[in-house]
Amino acid sequence: MADRVDDVEVANRRAPVIEPGYTFGTVTDKISAIVLKRPTSTGWFIGFGIAFMLTMMMLFAIGYLVVKGTGIWGINIPIGWGFAIVNFVWWIGIGHAGTLISAILLLLRQSWRNSINRFAEAMTLFAVAAAGIFPLIHTGRPWLAYWLFPYPNTMNYWPQFRSPLLWDVFAVSTYFTISLLFWFVGLIPDLATLRDRSENRWAQMIYGMLAMGWRGSARHWHRYETMYLLLAGLATPLVLSVHTVVSFDFAIAIVPGWHTTIFPPYFVAGAIYSGFAMVLMLAIPIRKIYGLEDFITDRHLQNSAKVMLATGWIVAYGYGMEAFMGWYSGNRYDSFLLWNRLHGPYQFFYYLLLICNIGSPQLLWIRKLRTNSFGLFMVSFVILVGMWLERFVIVVMSLHRDFLNSSWGMYYPTRWDWMTYIGTIGMFLAAMFLFVRILPMISIFEMRTLLPEAEVKAE
Amino acid sequence: MKTTPTYGIMAEFDSASDLVAAARKTHEAGYRKIDAYSPFPVEELAEAIGFHKNGVPLVTLIGALIGGISGYLMQYWMAAISYPINVGGRPFHSWPAFIVVTFEMTILFGGIAAVFGMLALNGLPMPYHPVFNVPRFAMATKDRFFLIVFSSDPKYNPTDTRRFLEGLKPRSISEVPS
Repeated sequence: MADRVDDVEVANRRAPVIEPGYTFGTVTDKISAIVLKRPTSTGWFIGFGIAFMLTMMMLFAIGYLVVKGTGIWGINIPIGWGFAIVNFVWWIGIGHAGTLISAILLLLRQSWRNSINRFAEAMTLFAVAAAGIFPLIHTGRPWLAYWLFPYPNTMNYWPQFRSPLLWDVFAVSTYFTISLLFWFVGLIPDLATLRDRSENRWAQMIYGMLAMGWRGSARHWHRYETMYLLLAGLATPLVLSVHTVVSFDFAIAIVPGWHTTIFPPYFVAGAIYSGFAMVLMLAIPIRKIYGLEDFITDRHLQNSAKVMLATGWIVAYGYGMEAFMGWYSGNRYDSFLLWNRLHGPYQFFYYLLLICNIGSPQLLWIRKLRTNSFGLFMVSFVILVGMWLERFVIVVMSLHRDFLNSSWGMYYPTRWDWMTYIGTIGMFLAAMFLFVRILPMISIFEMRTLLPEAEVKAE
Repeated sequence: MKTTPTYGIMAEFDSASDLVAAARKTHEAGYRKIDAYSPFPVEELAEAIGFHKNGVPLVTLIGALIGGISGYLMQYWMAAISYPINVGGRPFHSWPAFIVVTFEMTILFGGIAAVFGMLALNGLPMPYHPVFNVPRFAMATKDRFFLIVFSSDPKYNPTDTRRFLEGLKPRSISEVPS
């Protein structure tokens, strides 16, 4: 009996979701002060400046691409996809964690999500925006990209709805729209708080216009909560479908290594895996710089680490199954692909991928590391590199040696590939810098509901 | 109908529990045109002021159905009627290939209907509202809870209603000019 009580006590000793001692007022003040009162630091300007310059570099690379054409990239025949698709899949995968946190964890009543959902959703938006650039410029003539949409036109044609590339257009644009709505609608009550808290006339007007006259009426909250749950219910299958559709881009083709049924679940798990790594890479410095350790506690870091560990194993299973099927199918092209991964010219990247994505997350079994900010940050970084390599391995290694050895080739990215890729990271970071400066990065009203005083006591 | 210069009488409370109890008593006392304001969603509050019907699920369902049906019909019409392409003799009405876009259109229209339906049913955007005339109401988005009885309520009477609200032991009472 005594042992059992001890066990319960140990279980309850997990870090809290929000440190004790806060009230509605102090939670509101603390989060809104970051936007309204805190002076913009030099560090912010330096960070934003660097990110902004990288964004300009991206625009320069894209500008040159528009002038010259995709010949400035390393793509060729047989490797027609190259960096553009590697980066597209990488970015869109990163976006998945935001929707998972905001929608799926909401439906599962995981209230710890309340302090990380806002900036995770912002991260989703910026990541999907960065992802969207790549297929657009990869078309070669991005100014004609609207041809992808079904609109009545004088050429008298319609898009081919049997193509997974067109499904992608619908999946990604729906995903961006729904993520934007989810994020904005979640912001409305907090924008009303900022409207009422700010002392600057301009800030009052801008936040006031964006808040649309929100006044917290019980009728409004009732409809709002219904809407929020329904939107979460719609976003949950959506987020699972987006990376499934991305994986169809590959799986519908007959190229060895692509034409497999395991792709959809394995892509979705990988997306959540890399998304949580990015959430941690953002959350750890943000909570340190803005002193938000009371709201983004060790509990959040631990839980994210556990999600990474679980999805990491699903990804590992995917790699294992790919290798197994390469041998078991008896298909000479599939078994050659496996041989080529282990011994071919890109073998270094395949081994590095295994170390990054299967090896490094095993460190997360150690409880000490799950609560160590720096260690988690480094593991997350390694995982993000690994997930990028995974997409490189899938895209480039399958294409460069397929059925006919007369059509084999090699792929070497050029400086323009790198400039575009690193530039999108800059754009993503620049948007994050602006976001933490002008909008509440933690959902204030959802934090209030976590406080013990939010509970209505029965008379 | 008598016209009064006031929009209603507003009482301020310290906690969600007090507000829910006060709203319940007000509703029980026969006031029907009332509203309550809180800085975060309080589940019991809508019920306490007698608000049960909520059109958002229906609007969302209609939006999702429109999206799904129109998405499928669009693909059918484009791929089988308007612009049929013979790909190796496969059927023009290749429905399995149309599922993905149908699904995405269902989600897209359902989500848009949910958000804009919620805003429309709530009457938002509404930049001006009489309750904003009360200076203390700025705390409604921070840590205070408000209850209002509108002057359009048939039972409303400036002195009696005020006395009734005072009986609920609020922190403060203010008249809301219209």
